[in-house]
Amino acid sequence: MSESILSIRGLRKQYASGTDALKSVDLDIKRGEIFALLGPNGAGKTTLISIICGIVTPSGGEVLIDGKNWQRHFREARTRIGLVPQELTMDVFEPLISTVSFSRELFGRRPDPKRIEEILRELSLWDKRKTILKELSGGMKRRVMIAKALAHDPDILFLDEPTAGVDVELRRDMWNMVRRLREHGTTIILTTHYIEEAEEMADRVGVINKGELILVEEKTELMKKLGRKVLHLQLAEPLAAIPPTLAEWNPRLSEDGSTLTYEFDAKAERTGIPSLLTAMRDAGIAFKDLDTHQSSLEDIFVGLIHHSKAAA
Amino acid sequence: MNWRGIWAIYKFEMHRFARTLWTGLAVPVITTSLYFIVFGSAIGSRMSEINGIDYGAFIVPGLMMLSLFTESIFNASFGIHMPRFTGTIYEILSAPLSAIETVLGYVGAAASKAMSVALVIFVTAHLFVDVHVEHPLLMLLYLVLVAATFCLFGFIVGIWAKGFEQLQVIPLLIITPLTFLGGAFYSIDMLKEPWRSITLFNPVVYLINGFRWTFFGTADVAFGTALAATFAFFLACLGVIWWIFRTGYRLKS
Repeated sequence: MSESILSIRGLRKQYASGTDALKSVDLDIKRGEIFALLGPNGAGKTTLISIICGIVTPSGGEVLIDGKNWQRHFREARTRIGLVPQELTMDVFEPLISTVSFSRELFGRRPDPKRIEEILRELSLWDKRKTILKELSGGMKRRVMIAKALAHDPDILFLDEPTAGVDVELRRDMWNMVRRLREHGTTIILTTHYIEEAEEMADRVGVINKGELILVEEKTELMKKLGRKVLHLQLAEPLAAIPPTLAEWNPRLSEDGSTLTYEFDAKAERTGIPSLLTAMRDAGIAFKDLDTHQSSLEDIFVGLIHHSKAAA
Repeated sequence: MNWRGIWAIYKFEMHRFARTLWTGLAVPVITTSLYFIVFGSAIGSRMSEINGIDYGAFIVPGLMMLSLFTESIFNASFGIHMPRFTGTIYEILSAPLSAIETVLGYVGAAASKAMSVALVIFVTAHLFVDVHVEHPLLMLLYLVLVAATFCLFGFIVGIWAKGFEQLQVIPLLIITPLTFLGGAFYSIDMLKEPWRSITLFNPVVYLINGFRWTFFGTADVAFGTALAATFAFFLACLGVIWWIFRTGYRLKS
């Protein structure tokens, strides 16, 4: 068994409208990891997942599941994959438990009421099992979507924006559930535009924008490599412009001139902070408050997207 | 073959029908009764016999076919259109099901429902007239073939339709007129030329007459011709569905 459970090779998608949703994406997913695919709306996250799951036809490239082409071996591939789509689409007139059992059998698995009970209990849905789906709340419906995807015991699970529009409590529950699944060996690929989510859960992060995978990195590495700190200085008196004596630190001035922002590498030998402060005192610039802030994945992300936009 | 998957779709569809079981049964019973009151009693009393067959009995195969066509198209088209409309089609598309398996599930269920309705009509007809079926086995086989054909056709309609109103267009605008003009309630030999010859271009004529032959051993066209025409339509529908799944037409982007 190779390390990659899923290999994506040169995957392209051009929609009939002419939109290039994916521009030759290559990606390897490691067995048992949680991979977060991060990107703004319309970046191609859902298209990528939909192609792997057989819902969208690619314009080129291929997907390998344990080295096997996902179209030629579609039965095996699809039996191993579970998909939780972004939209809450379900047969609203069906009772909860029937829709979950339906999903299991649809994927060719033997009916197994005990396993269905386990899944429903895990997702706190057991008490609602006889409820007609349309009577469930949005959060409950989200859980039902997950139950349906898990009903056939897949070992690769796709979660497309799992926590979009979900309250904090359910989000925590969902993260815990994803971790438990991973402990049982399930490989999880989730898309999100909540950085917090990727930061909290993922082992690795991929950033996608305009159909291109800009970066794939271990989350901790990414945080370390790009993790910059920012110093904010609240000035006593607003400045009209940055004095030339401070130019070597390349600080930024807020529009109203009241805040000076200086970005620095927290891991570097010299942060440049003492010298900057000295230079400011020499220039007669006083400040009333200061704080430093570790850049989050969100800042990194915004920076990357911004960078790729500038390059384009 | 993913038999469990096919069975899951079949059960799901049958369960959907079961939810509206009473209206599903009441409608054919009432409409059949109405046809018998209007055609059988009011008009039939003036016609008495066609080709030596009592008029009341003569229209039974036509009535069954009319319902079989509309029920097949409606059930099959609705069955596949609904998941497209709500988006639940994602699950069918991502399941380990081949095109044949998906079609078997949906078309099998729709055909079962349509045949049940036709048989309910058959039973209801016995309340009004005496109908004797000369070739019961052929009659059932023919029923299966026509139901399967029109359910395949309905499946195509359900994929093609962009909205629910389009689901109604084909049955109302094409099938019902063709059925009424196709000798459901009369023998085309009663028509004057050139209308009789023109009517022979109506494919429904062959479907109805083939079925009528299994009842009475006599019809306007030879049974072999009727069977061949029905089978040709069946194959044409299969061909279109094969193309739909191959290209992903209105199923996948």
